Amino acid sequence: MQRSLIAGLALTSALVAPLAASAQTEVTWWHAMGGALGEKVDEIVAGYNASQDQYHLTAVYKGSYTETMTAAIAAFRAGEQPDLVQVFEVGTGTMMAAEGAVYPVYKLMEDHGQNFDPSVYLPAVAGYYTNTDGKMLSMPFNSSTPILYYNKDIFEAAGLDPEVAPETWADMEAFTQQIVDSGAATCGFTTGWISWAQLENLSAWHNQPIGTNENGFGSIDSKLTVNGPVQVRHWENLAKWQEAGLFKYGGPGGGADAAPAFYSGECAIYMNSSASRAGVLANTDFDLGLGMLPYYADVEGAPQNSIIGGATLWTLTGASDAEYEGVADFLTYLSSAEVQADWHQFTGYLPITTAAYELSKEQGYYDENPGADIAIKQVNLNEPTANSKGLRFGNYVQIRGVIDEEFEALLSGSKTAQDALDDLVERGNSLIEEFVEANG
Amino acid sequence: MQTKRTTFRSYWLPYLLIAPQLAITLIFFIWPAGQAVRQSFLQEDPFGLSTKFVGLKNYVKLFHSAEYLASFETTVIFTLCTATLSMGLALLFAVAVDRMIRTSSAYTTFMVWPYAVAPAIAGVLWWFMFNPSVGVLTYALDVMGYDWNHRLSGTDAMILVVLASSWKQISYNFLFFVAGLQSIPQSLREAAAIDGAGPVKRFFTVVFPLLSPTTFFLLVVNINYTMFDTFSTIDASTAGGPGQATTILVYKVYEDGYKGLNLGSSAAQSVILMGIVMVLTFIQFRFIERRVQY
Repeated sequence: MQRSLIAGLALTSALVAPLAASAQTEVTWWHAMGGALGEKVDEIVAGYNASQDQYHLTAVYKGSYTETMTAAIAAFRAGEQPDLVQVFEVGTGTMMAAEGAVYPVYKLMEDHGQNFDPSVYLPAVAGYYTNTDGKMLSMPFNSSTPILYYNKDIFEAAGLDPEVAPETWADMEAFTQQIVDSGAATCGFTTGWISWAQLENLSAWHNQPIGTNENGFGSIDSKLTVNGPVQVRHWENLAKWQEAGLFKYGGPGGGADAAPAFYSGECAIYMNSSASRAGVLANTDFDLGLGMLPYYADVEGAPQNSIIGGATLWTLTGASDAEYEGVADFLTYLSSAEVQADWHQFTGYLPITTAAYELSKEQGYYDENPGADIAIKQVNLNEPTANSKGLRFGNYVQIRGVIDEEFEALLSGSKTAQDALDDLVERGNSLIEEFVEANG
Repeated sequence: MQTKRTTFRSYWLPYLLIAPQLAITLIFFIWPAGQAVRQSFLQEDPFGLSTKFVGLKNYVKLFHSAEYLASFETTVIFTLCTATLSMGLALLFAVAVDRMIRTSSAYTTFMVWPYAVAPAIAGVLWWFMFNPSVGVLTYALDVMGYDWNHRLSGTDAMILVVLASSWKQISYNFLFFVAGLQSIPQSLREAAAIDGAGPVKRFFTVVFPLLSPTTFFLLVVNINYTMFDTFSTIDASTAGGPGQATTILVYKVYEDGYKGLNLGSSAAQSVILMGIVMVLTFIQFRFIERRVQY
């Protein structure tokens, strides 16, 4: 007992000593990047710490996006918050409303003499995270957009041209029908993120409003409007295609069953984040084809541009000036073209600055990896409109859950597409109202 | 009541002795519960920057919410199914083991193993076996002509969580039933046998009534288990879906509070749950226990 007590004390002092001894300012960053992405984050942090000796940055993996955000909020309430926290895009509404808790990035950079120009970021990325005055409230880090992956071997077996990706939803129907009929695969296509890929991006891609007040950018007191004719038509089709065996549901949220169905060759086509590319390549040995999201050719304005997902870094209030100095310094390092290009090429996330995109081009990355720039082309296809620059609603984490639930009700046959989307809008709007009441 | 009373000479010693337990109860039970009650009357943003007293609004809203009322129904179905299945099977196994002479201890050991599996792992295990794409059991069901898909069918999802939750609990119930069976005097069974009662009749007229204290105890434990401890099983297997078909009350507290950051509503739900536990415990001990013969 006595011995273990002494050992414990020795260990504690060993842990505390370097902190007390060093003159470096400690900066903490909580993030949600696990697995290979987490290792890459550690590499970036190690690179930063080695690049200077004034600050010491510690990155802590806090679990999923939801867990990281909840942990940061709980820590804030207890006065133990990190300096920097990674929050996913659907948490943006919540973070923006918490004015006393966040230190806007544009202000942080200004206050600490860092050169910060929002115009160097890709418009689709910057637009998502700026307020109505064009100020950037959080630092873009990892952004992606859904794209289409397909199995060229199956296309060939079904008698399709493996070099031609389906371009429209009519193509999708014809191709997948041929694939299933020929027996080349048992399922035509599957998708991750019903909410993000098959509703939000569907709307933006067809230039249809997701909500009022420019998809919620103008005011937190906004309403959802995703029960329009294009969305209803698409969901009706998905239900029909599911019935016909052309489409397979991959599960709620990110769609845990979708990736295995594509990897195993059960489904010929798969839609998911461009950041899934590394995972797809690592898990498959068939010839992989990439394409943009399909669209309905008869909808005017389609295809517009797709919207992003992913996360940004938020600075929380309550830290010392020296720490903020370090945060600002790190953010500048993080958005440098070299770091960003490396991160983009390794993960499949978008290069968030134009400079990183140009650098990747110069390095010949897109020549070596054909299709790796599809995501960038897709978000940059057209100048974003009020309908396609993103979305911002309070309680959106829960609304995403509602979208999954209503989609499941549609697929199980208990609701029509119109009813499911009407109910979705109604339930979503009451969640937004609750948010307005709590934050108003 | 004929218990032996021990009295302390000193006045403060008994208080000192119970102080640690009291402190733990206060810090870990009473204080958080008090916080929940307080929070349930408030409306607050996640960061706690603006707090407003709203009286009973959080409660009123809950009882006007179709989802919340549906969650009540789900909880009742889930609890009854899980308790019945896990206790029924455990009793069957216990009776079977009780009849064995030499191998009973080996079987008992095997039966206890699942209890050592963490609930989240149990959830993942069942999720794998019933996975719509790669699950072994899904495949077997498909061969038999049943299209299993707990992603879309609420019934399938409910069956999945009931199986996953009961499977773990069978071990626990089994141990208590075995112990209960061993404490029934052999002479009673022999007497019944001599009177001409067959094994089935002996079980229902002699063994089962004598087991009633164990059964009652397990009923209380199982209802509490299914209502509160199955959270991780559900989270790992169905995550409350599809369409909230497996969202029991506890899961909804988590969904609204943790994922949705709606602390007021989540706290109100916790307070309602607290009330349910109090009522259930009261009914069980006040009315049912009296009828159970010890």
